[in-house]
Amino acid sequence: MIEKTLKGKPAYWIWLGILASLIAIGWACYFRQYTFGLGLTGMSRDVSWGLYISQFTFLVGVAAGGLMLVLPYYIHDYKVFGRITILGEFLAIAALVMCLMFIMADLGQPLRGLNVLFYPTPYSMLFWDMCVLWGYLLLNLLCGWVILTAERKQVAPPKWIYFFVYLSLPFAVSIHTVTAMLYCGLPGRHFWLSAIIAPRFLASAFAAGPALILIACAVMKKFANFDAGEEAIKKMTTIIMYAVIINTFFFLLEFFVGYYSEVPGHMHSLEYLFFGLEHHGEVYNNLVPFMWTATLFNFAGLGILGYLKIAKIFDFRLVTVASILIFLALWTDKGLGFVFAGFVPNPLEEVTEYYPTLNEIGITIGVWATGFLLLTLLYKIALGVEEEVEH
Amino acid sequence: MYNKGLIVSGLVIFVLLVTFPIWFNGLDAGPLPKPELPPNGTKECVAPAAEMRAKHMQLLNEWRDDVIRNSNREKIVVAGVEYGKGLQLACMECHSNKEKFCDSCHDYAAVQPTCWECHITPTEAAKKEAQ
Amino acid sequence: MDKKRRKFLKMAGATVLAGISAPTIVKLSSNHAVAASGGDHAAPAAAHGEADAHHGEEQSSGVQLGMVIDMRKFYDDELLLDKAIAACHKVHNVPDIPERKSEIKWIWKTGYHNAFPDHSHNLRSQTIENSPFPVLCNHCENPSCVKACPTKATFKHEKNGIVSMDYHRCIGCRFCMAACPYGARSFNWQDPRPFIKEYNLQFPTRGRGVVEKCNFCSERLALGLEPACVEACKGSGAIVFGDLNDPHSEVREVLNKEFTIQRKPAAGTRPSVFYIV
Repeated sequence: MIEKTLKGKPAYWIWLGILASLIAIGWACYFRQYTFGLGLTGMSRDVSWGLYISQFTFLVGVAAGGLMLVLPYYIHDYKVFGRITILGEFLAIAALVMCLMFIMADLGQPLRGLNVLFYPTPYSMLFWDMCVLWGYLLLNLLCGWVILTAERKQVAPPKWIYFFVYLSLPFAVSIHTVTAMLYCGLPGRHFWLSAIIAPRFLASAFAAGPALILIACAVMKKFANFDAGEEAIKKMTTIIMYAVIINTFFFLLEFFVGYYSEVPGHMHSLEYLFFGLEHHGEVYNNLVPFMWTATLFNFAGLGILGYLKIAKIFDFRLVTVASILIFLALWTDKGLGFVFAGFVPNPLEEVTEYYPTLNEIGITIGVWATGFLLLTLLYKIALGVEEEVEH
Repeated sequence: MYNKGLIVSGLVIFVLLVTFPIWFNGLDAGPLPKPELPPNGTKECVAPAAEMRAKHMQLLNEWRDDVIRNSNREKIVVAGVEYGKGLQLACMECHSNKEKFCDSCHDYAAVQPTCWECHITPTEAAKKEAQ
Repeated sequence: MDKKRRKFLKMAGATVLAGISAPTIVKLSSNHAVAASGGDHAAPAAAHGEADAHHGEEQSSGVQLGMVIDMRKFYDDELLLDKAIAACHKVHNVPDIPERKSEIKWIWKTGYHNAFPDHSHNLRSQTIENSPFPVLCNHCENPSCVKACPTKATFKHEKNGIVSMDYHRCIGCRFCMAACPYGARSFNWQDPRPFIKEYNLQFPTRGRGVVEKCNFCSERLALGLEPACVEACKGSGAIVFGDLNDPHSEVREVLNKEFTIQRKPAAGTRPSVFYIV
């Protein structure tokens, strides 16, 4: 099936070319970081995780979000998702590859990475995260490939694969739960020490994943004549809306706990994110514009989707706009704010702000480009097979 | 087999490329390194030379785990002299000539151990002194 | 031909996967064996913990090294703390990096409200407000950094309760830095050597890409010496060091007599460093 990636229109090759050059830039930046050390990033003693780990956290969510397509199709036999379920599985593959690359980029001693396997440590959440991430990646590779091959041959998929399909459902939940546990089990970080982190992660994941798939559907409709089907898109917008509403509700609960109880530790990070944290006469607020933009995008996206539902109209362009707004809002929330704000203030009640460096941003873009390249190739295969079957 | 010619010539090119270092050097491994003996005249190491040559890396790893993880700093006695377990504190007391001892073989075998990123060699110490 | 090749590739893939995960599975199952053989030793400790759980804090058996820092001695002698810090940093080849972002510190000065945010209020005495407080790794009885580490590069010594680091094994993921409620850990963002003024040849430096912190002078204790900071304050009685589990140790006598506080007791990590304020 891989041969499907070798034939395409000029636009396809230009897109791959752009991604390849971004990947090259990423590798050049990584080479610099590899030879000098992580000092080339904006991370510091106080903010010891930055863009890499925050992107990792967000992308685990994108990977888990594929569940919202896989689950209705396989458990509820929701046939409408038949054409796009494979997109969810392939998105998970690309997102997980990005996750693993971000982890490698973040390690101070990347060559010792296998120590996690040589000295397995069951009480460390990072060990379990590695297990579930690899597990979910392999499950998706297996299920995606076997089911697509069966589709191509126009036969029913082998029975044994359903065991792995059903196994992948709890795995999707587990990857994001364990990733949340990296944060919410740490005694000294008030912003993260909250039982609602895991559910909130899942809620935002179930919006971000499908939103990205809708964006991909819009692109593929324009460039590859792919039609996901009106009913499927409508159903996905319903899923996204519920997930966004639940995520927003959970986030507001954090506000209530912080500002009603007025326990300083529960307010500091939220204050830093949304209003600027005053400390020794100085106001630290570099994330405030991002968070308010995200808030605006969040409600604007929700508003558009709500309007489409209430007015009972279907406009794929508006759906795409809403999906982009929601995706960006969730990326800002989890892919920037959540990780950075956890380190403010530091355990000694000092404030250090984090600004990523150009080199760090170069690596980050390189990893995203790798993910999109992989996603493009995988979707190209999926679409190629569907086309072949239809003709 | 399809494309016989292509596959066979490809394989030949591959083998030639992989064996490049061997035939480029005329099937000659070059002169064997002769590591310099300890400048302080010590003759006996903690194990016979042959064993040290083959297994010093395992021994260093064992010592490392003993000292760091198991708090086992038992001394090793050779010919009436006590040695601690440590690269910087024991080995390099005698083998103070890292460049002429360690490096001579490591360079020959093209291995780059990371020991000296942290452990301080006499040369490194002298360099710092000079600053 | 084609089918055979596919089968071969599939088998090869499965074998590689099995090969990579095999050591993990072997290690994990052998750990259970160790735990089982040490079962009779572990059982009374667990029972003890359970009985004590109602009283909140539990005492572990074995040696737990710890210290009491008597701030009254430091209020009077401004230079004493600088001496202790300099001694530690010199003995351990701790680099002096001017850039705040990349700082490395094992023991350092901070304000009272920084060290004790939970015990802090805005009507502090002048002495407390204006005096620097020494902070360092607390060598907790229940360290959250040890739980976080995915490779056991940071671990708790069974023999003396010191929270140690194996710099050979650390992969530099910095999970321990996120987990430490005391900000006691530093990361080598770059090669530290250019920032070390003078080497102590009795101790290594660290390489870039690993986390480091105070080791309670494990290497000096092995030689029968006191920790460097304790030695630097000798005669003043500013820092008392010893076994917290030995009721007759000097450190316990001080603890019995004086009112002491720990940093962030609410974190549940049970620090081994106490302060007389």
